[in-house]
Amino acid sequence: MNEALLRDLVPAVIGVLVRRGADFVAAEDAVQDALVEAVRVWPDDPPRDPKGWLVTAAWRKFLDAARADASRRHREARVEDEPMPGPSEAADDTLQLYLLCAHPSLTPASAVALTLRAVGGLTTRQIAQAYLVPEATMAQRISRAKRTVSGVRFDRPGDVATVLRVLYLVFNEGYSGDVDLAGEAIRLTRQLAAKTNHEEAAGLLALMLLHHARRPARTGPDGRLVPLAEQDRSLWNTRLIAEGVDVLQAALTRDRLGEFQAQAAIAALHADAQTAEETDWVQIVEWYDELVRLTDSPVVRLNRAVAVGEADGPRAGLTALAGLDPALPRHTAVAAYLHERDGDPVIAARLYAEAAQSASSLPERDHLTRQAARLNAQLRS
Amino acid sequence: MAKYLLLKHYRGAPAAVNDVPMDQWTPDEVDAHVQFMRDFADRLEETGEFVDTQALSPEGTFVRYGGEGRPPVTDGPFAETKDLIAGWYIIDVESWDRAVQLAGELSAAPGAGGKPIHEWLEVRPFYGEPSTVAE
Repeated sequence: MNEALLRDLVPAVIGVLVRRGADFVAAEDAVQDALVEAVRVWPDDPPRDPKGWLVTAAWRKFLDAARADASRRHREARVEDEPMPGPSEAADDTLQLYLLCAHPSLTPASAVALTLRAVGGLTTRQIAQAYLVPEATMAQRISRAKRTVSGVRFDRPGDVATVLRVLYLVFNEGYSGDVDLAGEAIRLTRQLAAKTNHEEAAGLLALMLLHHARRPARTGPDGRLVPLAEQDRSLWNTRLIAEGVDVLQAALTRDRLGEFQAQAAIAALHADAQTAEETDWVQIVEWYDELVRLTDSPVVRLNRAVAVGEADGPRAGLTALAGLDPALPRHTAVAAYLHERDGDPVIAARLYAEAAQSASSLPERDHLTRQAARLNAQLRS
Repeated sequence: MAKYLLLKHYRGAPAAVNDVPMDQWTPDEVDAHVQFMRDFADRLEETGEFVDTQALSPEGTFVRYGGEGRPPVTDGPFAETKDLIAGWYIIDVESWDRAVQLAGELSAAPGAGGKPIHEWLEVRPFYGEPSTVAE
């Protein structure tokens, strides 16, 4: 049994239960219970219609829970046992479920957790492991999130952009733990892009595919970070790159540029270069200009300074950096890089050591320390 | 079994024997150190003594209650003399002696010149649960 295929069915099954009158909180619980049963039963007795099986099982679980609830309140309550007849597929509620789980009333962490459970079909334990928190903590976060959105009308159209931000967060959380969050984010974004005609959903999918393609080259066997310029490009996944480029090109032809499409275009230009030297930095700077126009984000301006340094030389890069807040994350590391390129290893070594102090992860800290050590060793010899 | 905290300090501990800042090592020496730390964690997992390890950023701030209706009071970062924790291992081992032995092994992590750093690590026992048979 393919677990990912099973989980693909989750949002639609929740949707069916909600349309039959279950409230979201109860429907979500019932589908989780049905998933557990599916994992137990299907290997020996695979259903001919997996979705129909899940709908029936989840509906029973829902009725069981409702009955237990009701009998607690009034003993004589009777609930219809069989699933309601009628069309199970009048509409696809998957998109509504995405929107609900990314509702603006939720904090980003809650939206992420709820999306992974209700849309992704992951168990609370898996989500807790992925985010390195105790299972009880994650269970509480999810149930609070469910209570927060339980009053929201299921069929109210929302904003796809908020969903995309949640999926982007999941993707960025990366690769640690037993659950491949990046792979999960791609699966959910692919599903979303198929359900909507939203060009930024396609843009985000392309961005994820293009970054994911470089994943095998991004860390060395000892866990160290390998910067883009030093990556073994033969390790890049050409199938994912080709798919990412196709998805991006289809999105760009619709002429409604957005942040994710522009980021994906930059990733595509990197993917397109056979060697680091062949990178089309001039075009990358143009895309960064678009991104600055779209987002006006200081982080984008910082990345743009790196690209300017490659396209027009380190002096130009340092000039682009000059106007930016030194407190920006990675500002010192970028300055170190540009100063080294500008032929000033003394300043660069000092800045790399300083950047290591404010790194946000151990691999990043080790990488920056290594850069400082490399320059200091050169200076001594 | 009893739990112990092996505490590593950025500063505040007595000076290590091989006390050279990491950015003054050669890149190979940095690599060897990083590899040693990874192997140490793996080895503790294999022996069934590993509980947790975390590393802390050197940047931090002291915070205290500021009084009714007021924002919290913050202070720091403090001068170089103050204690600054860099990270920890939590281990679950048979005895104090075993905890000291493991701390000694961790302190042998290679540094400048590929020689052991001889860094001072602080070993602190956790309070356990009250024993049910001691009454």
